[in-house]
Amino acid sequence: MSTGQEQRTIRCLVAKVGLDGHDRGAHVIARAFRDAGFEVIYSGLHRAPEEIVQAAVQEDVDVLGISILSGAHNTLVPKVIEGLKEYGAFKDTLVLVGGIVPDEDRDDLKAAGVAEVFGPGTPMQETIDFVRENVRR
Amino acid sequence: MSKARVDDLVSGVLDGEHRALARAITIIENREAGYRDLVSDLHAHTGDAAVIGVTGSPGAGKSTLVDKLAKRYRDHGLTVGVIAVDPSSPYSGGAVLGDRIRMASNVGDMDVFFRSMSARGQLGGLSTATADAITALDAFGKDRIVVETVGAGQNEVDVVRTADSVVVLVQPGSGDDVQMLKAGILEIGDVFVVNKADMDGAATTVADLREMLHMRDGSAPSGIGHHGMGSTNDDGTDADSEGWDPTVLETVATEGTGVEELIDVLDDHEAHLRETGELDRRERTRYAEEIRQLLRSDAADLLEDEIDRNGGMEALVDEVQARETDPYTVADRVLEPLVDCVDRRRG
Repeated sequence: MSTGQEQRTIRCLVAKVGLDGHDRGAHVIARAFRDAGFEVIYSGLHRAPEEIVQAAVQEDVDVLGISILSGAHNTLVPKVIEGLKEYGAFKDTLVLVGGIVPDEDRDDLKAAGVAEVFGPGTPMQETIDFVRENVRR
Repeated sequence: MSKARVDDLVSGVLDGEHRALARAITIIENREAGYRDLVSDLHAHTGDAAVIGVTGSPGAGKSTLVDKLAKRYRDHGLTVGVIAVDPSSPYSGGAVLGDRIRMASNVGDMDVFFRSMSARGQLGGLSTATADAITALDAFGKDRIVVETVGAGQNEVDVVRTADSVVVLVQPGSGDDVQMLKAGILEIGDVFVVNKADMDGAATTVADLREMLHMRDGSAPSGIGHHGMGSTNDDGTDADSEGWDPTVLETVATEGTGVEELIDVLDDHEAHLRETGELDRRERTRYAEEIRQLLRSDAADLLEDEIDRNGGMEALVDEVQARETDPYTVADRVLEPLVDCVDRRRG
């Protein structure tokens, strides 16, 4: 309750982007992040890249986790990253991608600015540890 | 945070940079070093926004209504800031802030600045953090600022009291009437909205509400004439004595039905507050409370240091428990240097 004390909490946006109605994974990760003590904002389904950018900028999140199972990651993820750069938010935001991403696409995504890609079966703790170690602020 | 960084952020906020506003609110929320300078510098640029508090039980449709409200304000050419407060887990400190999901009408419109905040388990501090975030949005130049929170508990009531106008959302049926009386929410509402008015039981809920609001007026001492009761109602019923009758409205937020009427009533209320001087009075009350709150928490910090200097709370408790001393003596001992200092400064 003290106003003199700093209260730092990791803020995450868990985002579903594009025409992809499968959000079980996003729910599971949102819940795991919450239980790890993070503040999680969930975007809801079928968001356009601009909406994700708007949310990430306004909420000033430390972590943006994009969940994509539709295969459209090569189109959508760079759009989101471009948007973040436009608002000067990219350098402070740890961008993660979760979902079905073929191995050959991973390097491209990372080159575009994604910090890590987490495929199916990644232990929850691994993702949480990665966030704790790599948050950019 | 350096002075230069504070200046940067302040000028960014005043220039309308979204990133600067977002970062300023983060710093305010985290109580990061320098946040006080930030809020101090922003304060001079505030006072133009109308602040609307929206509260109601979970699932009443607050977020959906706020979304539609923001959309209508945008249609009227006004810019909007929204602060949505959600509870956080007392165990992990984590939270899922879900209000943003409902903000579907304002997609891609950066002139609706929506920010989720969690209670972070801070008692009392939440209302300070919210008030400071409102300061940032006001300085940024938002015309309307909506604060949305679950209407349960003192914390939320405090948050909503930072608003000029308070909207209380009620669902049809489900015995909400009793719940509201319990929470003391009835006293703080300027506008009551029965949302989901297309559901069964809406008319009954509207009638119940009107009756209860009537009772609230009727129970005011002036209405009955029991003199002895006069002091109990000073605060809550000021607005009534100035002649504002809380309005009961019906909306279907998902369809946007009734939202225009809500805006009209909110404008009326704002005008009423201005004409009667109540806006001014409420602002003064708010600042007085804010100053007191700050003083209390600053003094508490000072005392925490003194407790540590006296060997820490555990050691003090040991002494009291062993009957070597008592709580009053301990309090006097901890406070003594401060009292001395104050005495000296007063001459």
